[in-house]
Amino acid sequence: MGQKTALHEKHQQMNGKLVDFGGWEMPINYGSQVDEHHKVRTDAGMFDVSHMTVVDVTGADAKEYLRYLLANDVARLQQQGKALYSGMLNETGGVVDDLIVYLMTEPDVAGEWFRVVVNCATREKDLRWMADHTAKFDDVALTERPELSIVAIQGPNALAKAESVLTESRVKLIESLKPFQGVESEGWFFARTGYTGEDGLEVMVPEEYVADFWQALSDAGVAPCGLGSRDTLRLEAGMNLYGADMDEKVSPLAANMGWTIAWEPAERNFVGRKALEEQRQAGTQEKMIGLVLEARGVLRSHQKVIINGEEAGEITSGTFSPTLGCSIAMARVSADVAGTCHVDIRGKLIEVKVVKPSFVRNGEKVFS
Amino acid sequence: MSDIPSDLKYVASHEWIRDEGDGVVTIGVTDHAQDLLGDVVFVELPDVGADFAVGDDIGVVESVKAASDIYAPLSGQIVAVNEELEDSPELVNSDPYGDGWFIKIRLSDESETTDLLDADGYAELCEAES
Repeated sequence: MGQKTALHEKHQQMNGKLVDFGGWEMPINYGSQVDEHHKVRTDAGMFDVSHMTVVDVTGADAKEYLRYLLANDVARLQQQGKALYSGMLNETGGVVDDLIVYLMTEPDVAGEWFRVVVNCATREKDLRWMADHTAKFDDVALTERPELSIVAIQGPNALAKAESVLTESRVKLIESLKPFQGVESEGWFFARTGYTGEDGLEVMVPEEYVADFWQALSDAGVAPCGLGSRDTLRLEAGMNLYGADMDEKVSPLAANMGWTIAWEPAERNFVGRKALEEQRQAGTQEKMIGLVLEARGVLRSHQKVIINGEEAGEITSGTFSPTLGCSIAMARVSADVAGTCHVDIRGKLIEVKVVKPSFVRNGEKVFS
Repeated sequence: MSDIPSDLKYVASHEWIRDEGDGVVTIGVTDHAQDLLGDVVFVELPDVGADFAVGDDIGVVESVKAASDIYAPLSGQIVAVNEELEDSPELVNSDPYGDGWFIKIRLSDESETTDLLDADGYAELCEAES
């Protein structure tokens, strides 16, 4: 069987259904993916995401290194704890991975350092890629932090319920956080980030404390949730999944990630910049659209999208949306389309509505 | 361990068959199958009156995870479909052998029933697959 997180025993005790997930034995659900999904949209749920990889980037050249490695610009981080979402690109402008980077100190101080969180399935590739690109810099060190577990607590009541099990001093720290910002507290790290479109926290916990923390959250009414509901929640929120919605062959311009590319300052060179600029000049050929199937059925990845009778692309992520009660999808297409188009579902052409690829925010439908 | 009632018959594709007498059987998917499928969100069933042979597709179960075909375990004509599944597909998860039934078939060849698995045979098969 695969690798286990420090919460493995808790998952078994709580009847988590364990499956292989990128080489890790992780819970897909604890009974019902749909119930867990609703719990996050209406109250609070928690996910073990310890299979993701934390890498600390330190040294005098840490900032310049990340400004070269990432398409987004870490110089934009102007407050301690602030987070930035970015693609890490290859020379042809494809996405090696998408990640979050936190500024762990005050900006521009001596000893400034950053914390990067990357996907689990791409861990080895990412670490190799990151290490290879340190060669250009004199003083940068990468330190993986496998001893940190990560628990994501998400939902409208997530903050309140999490705070109910934490010390007063930590509660104060969390209350000072703005969205997309984190704070360290005696080896723990609390960040108002997540992957569900809800308010909430991602907490990095030294692994020796994580089982007790998980149990305390459960006792406070936070529902344990599997990676199944994490996927339906993230798709409703219109967030990309690495390997499905983009990969090394896909440009961020074609993956609805244009907003994560920092073109200015023009003199900042980053890996993939030249290729992206050429693509931008040529005009992007492909784009992401959102699809909604109001009739019965479920949209699935790789189903073909038909626009004006022609095959124009395919679904990259599709699922049943528990919040909306119908199926939704993200698709990459090479043609303009508005209103409706068709999807080939098991040999039948079914009409679907075309929307911006974002479906639910804070528990509510966001398209009309 | 999933629930495998001893009064039913089974096929390897995880459908169960209940003999209702007068040559009519009820068909659904097993507890083991619904557990593998995860939350069922749609069930597509055939029309009453349609004829099927063993192994024909008789419908589709869509769970959050995947779409799965349902196969006719026996030949015959559809005499009833479970219309409740249209509004409440989750019955397949909550009561696979009861309110989550799919269809009733009038058998065209009762001799086919001799090939069906009993509960022990089906339990062995599930064990071997796990």
